[in-house]
Amino acid sequence: MAAPESYPDDLKYHPEHDWARIEGDEAVLGITWFAQDALGDLVHFEAPAAGSSTVRGEAYGEVESVKAVSDVIAPLSGEILEVNAGAVDAPEAVNDDPYGAGWLVRIRMTAPAEVDDLLDAAAYRALVDDQR
Amino acid sequence: MVPFAGWEMPVQYAGVIPEHVAVRTGCGVFDVSHMGQLHVEGPSAVAFLQAQLANDLDRLGDGEAQYTLLTNETGGIVDDLIAYRLSGHHVLLVVNAGNWEAVVAWLEEREIRGSAVRDASNDYAMLAVQGPGSIELLGLPDAAAFSHAMTEIDGVETMVCRTGYTGEKGVELLCPTEDAERLWDAVLARGAAPCGLGARDTLRLEVCYPLHGNDITPETDAISAGLGWVCALEKEFTGVDVLRRVKEEGPARRLVAFVMDEKAIPRQGMAIDGGGVVTSGTHSPMLDRGIGLAYVPADRAAPESPVVVDVRGKARAGRIVKKPIYRKEA
Repeated sequence: MAAPESYPDDLKYHPEHDWARIEGDEAVLGITWFAQDALGDLVHFEAPAAGSSTVRGEAYGEVESVKAVSDVIAPLSGEILEVNAGAVDAPEAVNDDPYGAGWLVRIRMTAPAEVDDLLDAAAYRALVDDQR
Repeated sequence: MVPFAGWEMPVQYAGVIPEHVAVRTGCGVFDVSHMGQLHVEGPSAVAFLQAQLANDLDRLGDGEAQYTLLTNETGGIVDDLIAYRLSGHHVLLVVNAGNWEAVVAWLEEREIRGSAVRDASNDYAMLAVQGPGSIELLGLPDAAAFSHAMTEIDGVETMVCRTGYTGEKGVELLCPTEDAERLWDAVLARGAAPCGLGARDTLRLEVCYPLHGNDITPETDAISAGLGWVCALEKEFTGVDVLRRVKEEGPARRLVAFVMDEKAIPRQGMAIDGGGVVTSGTHSPMLDRGIGLAYVPADRAAPESPVVVDVRGKARAGRIVKKPIYRKEA
């Protein structure tokens, strides 16, 4: 079942509806509740190759529902350390648990100062409310 | 809601996948009031349509219906439609929303003495109630596919047609526009799941029913589209010479069904390696993989032939399968 709407306070957000969980010099990335809700039931995560990199503001993968496909925008630049195989095998995990089991990639940040440009939960929620 | 052929249409209610599963396992209801309805009436009505439509209308008795095509001079498909014979003087045509003006214009231009075409698209609402549980849910008797009869459902007088676009048992209900809301509410109250355009597309694609505008168009001929079974080539109708020739010589390309073996979802317009193009593509909720219809060169159209689809720059492998893509387990 789809998760209830939430934007956890411990995450940072990019206006293209992506989140980042900062863990030292690494970060875990995913898409927000708002993004998965807009897309509907996800049926495919086109993942980047491990060892490739993300560039802030650019696409690093695609998520696809029955009706639409959308780029996944990187909130931060980095080297991709790990792709969530669970989200590749069962993309509905992104709908069910967008900030937990539905994470997409883990990166090692190459420009940690970019974190300062991301939104906090309150600012992102205000942005989402504006888009409704 | 999205605009579709001048109508505001719901894409989904609970979600494409749950709606799709509801129709495959129980019962769903679609508001398909956007479909057009035309009456063709008069002593020459059947003869007139017999000369215009590809299928053999003479095989129909009163209370029966058939899937048929309106073809142009090149054998292309102006529309695919269902003809319901009400009497020897009266045939009802249910046509695609995007084509009803073209169909009306086409038929009016060719009208003959003793036959009149009357557009009734705004007089009728149409609900498709589809799924293995649909007949029981509506309290209807069993009846042959493609038959139709007037019946009262929860106080609403409706024309009950044993037709549909999902590959499941079910009916399409025609009622006066002013009764539509009452009938919709009654069907929901009986327990049908409301379904939108999204599930309508995934359901029809799993069973390889063509969508006019995607898979069949005025530029695609009926034989190449795999609709030769709808064409009575022994009779005369517009474009029949071309269709006979294509049939005899064999089409240069064929509309085939395919499934993806790699994880990827084909979409309309994607190119196929070695020539060919995807005309419809989606994710199959029942098979949990990408599926589609595509025109490919005839020499590479046999089942089990490989297809490689260009999915936004990435080559993704699939293979041609026999139609339908999804078949209910016996």
